[in-house]
Amino acid sequence: MIRLAAITRVFHMGDQEVRALNAINLDIASGEYVSIMGPSGSGKSTLLNVIGLLDRPDSGRYELDGINVTDLSETERARVRREKIGFVFQAFHLVPRLTAAQNIELPLMLGGIAPAKRKMRVDAALNAFDLSDRATHRPAELSGGQRQRVAIARATILRPTVLLADEPTGNLDHRIGAEVMALLEGLHQAGTTLIVVTHDRELGARAHRHIAMRDGEIVGDEK
Amino acid sequence: MNLRDTLTLSFETVVSYRTRSLLIVLAMALGVAAVVVLTALGDGARRYVVGQFSSLGTNLIIVLPGRAETAGGFPGAALGQTPRDLTLEDARVVGHLPQVQRLAPLNVGVAELTSGGRLREVTVLGSTAELLPIRHMKLAQGSFLAHGSARSAQIVLGSQIAREFFPDGNVIGQRIRLGDSRFLVSGVLASQGESMGFNSDEIAIIPIDYAQELFNTSSLFRILIEARSRSDIEPAKAAISHALKLRHDGEEDVTVITQDAVLATFDRILRALTLGVSGIAAISLAVAGILVMNVMLVAVAQRTSEIGLLKAIGAPSSDIRRLFFAEALWLSLAGGATGFALGHAGAWMIRLAYPVLPAFPPAWASMAGVATALVTGIVASLLPAARAARLDPVLALSGK
Repeated sequence: MIRLAAITRVFHMGDQEVRALNAINLDIASGEYVSIMGPSGSGKSTLLNVIGLLDRPDSGRYELDGINVTDLSETERARVRREKIGFVFQAFHLVPRLTAAQNIELPLMLGGIAPAKRKMRVDAALNAFDLSDRATHRPAELSGGQRQRVAIARATILRPTVLLADEPTGNLDHRIGAEVMALLEGLHQAGTTLIVVTHDRELGARAHRHIAMRDGEIVGDEK
Repeated sequence: MNLRDTLTLSFETVVSYRTRSLLIVLAMALGVAAVVVLTALGDGARRYVVGQFSSLGTNLIIVLPGRAETAGGFPGAALGQTPRDLTLEDARVVGHLPQVQRLAPLNVGVAELTSGGRLREVTVLGSTAELLPIRHMKLAQGSFLAHGSARSAQIVLGSQIAREFFPDGNVIGQRIRLGDSRFLVSGVLASQGESMGFNSDEIAIIPIDYAQELFNTSSLFRILIEARSRSDIEPAKAAISHALKLRHDGEEDVTVITQDAVLATFDRILRALTLGVSGIAAISLAVAGILVMNVMLVAVAQRTSEIGLLKAIGAPSSDIRRLFFAEALWLSLAGGATGFALGHAGAWMIRLAYPVLPAFPPAWASMAGVATALVTGIVASLLPAARAARLDPVLALSGK
């Protein structure tokens, strides 16, 4: 369901060309649990951004659920991101002014869902992620683990088919990190495709498929 | 994202950056308030002057001896002597013109008033019974000068003069000496206070022939004429000029001015002044607009990663643009409304402090002030909003 064919992404740094992705070919089936590993600068985050439609490849073809998404307009890409893709970031990226519940509600708001329906779904998500007693707290009043749980609740509130996690435990201590990973793996078991970018070997090893990257190319792909 | 959510979310943002929002709203409000207060002052001054002129009489035409060859200055008063006198006979002829409702010849001078051991100098007006209705004067007690030509040594006193000379209030029928002649007090003017720099409370009015005798002159200072109606003013003016020219051997040696013309000039000048002043105040609004732009640009820079996040969770560029746009709209709306209230409160306080000045802000100025605030705020937000919408999501997420 994710099919990358000859995807290339080039960055220009001064007069130097950096091939962050060099003719990547990659197929990821629905429901897979994939880790992408590699040293920094190997292009793993760029690959994740391309899969998440945040970044546009310079050449190549990307099919998501059988649709060629390479040629979509900016507005259509935003819609695909909203409906099919969930992002979990290392820095959580919660909106500091909004409460936990409001942060989780954001994608529903962007999707134009009616307020009454939104409240039901947010309440359900707060329950599912054990955040009910934190609903009205702002991010600054939450612990790191709680913040990442809010971020995951937000990423999954629209039930995306693909969940992309970029170093999801990078800002958490080991124990909390393990809890967050367990949460993400639970979502995978429920059927979501989970792609985790990390340079933590232990974390990467938990995935069912391991992709290794170096200098913009895939150098290893094991199941 | 629908309109309501956009407005709600941007409103929450405005509220959460409390200090920043308050400062912008204050800047906007001061600009709007300045427009409202300054136009209130300007328009109040205009109404005040127009009101003062109107209180001098309606459909008023004034004839004065001498001719202004160039604009500016009242020739009779400035030169002191004139080629040909304006006489009572001139006034009589003018009085026969069909466009003239009534007229009052006028002489002015200063003389000593004495009674019961009291003495003071007063401004003396010599005129006829018609002066009262033409100048819109009112009597507090007694009667004005008698109609007709019967010589009767009557005097009408200003209210303050009457108080000073007859503190017991028993004025009517008392005798009083003005210069070398004795007069009988027939009436007292109602207190009107100062009007056009002339205090009618401190004058004495006597019949015109007595005044000419007193001041040893046969020429008039002015002839005050009331036209039959507003539309008769111009024909009357022409007819008066023509009649006096014939009487003065074909020489145009009098000046005929209409109060309407003077009034219209003042009205124009003060309107222009009000516009000018409100224009200056509007500049402060433009400055507030630039402030809004600056603050919104800072907001975009501050919230770069937040914009990246919104894009990552599926907000199209148009949503981002509308969010910043709505934020500026809230700020300028709050600023405009506060300024409106502030300005009206200011105008109210001016009216309290100076009751004679009708400092009511004109509706157009209040509207224009608020509208300018909204427009500048919205225009100022266009660039920052477009910049936010254009941000690359990957770079924005990393805060760059």
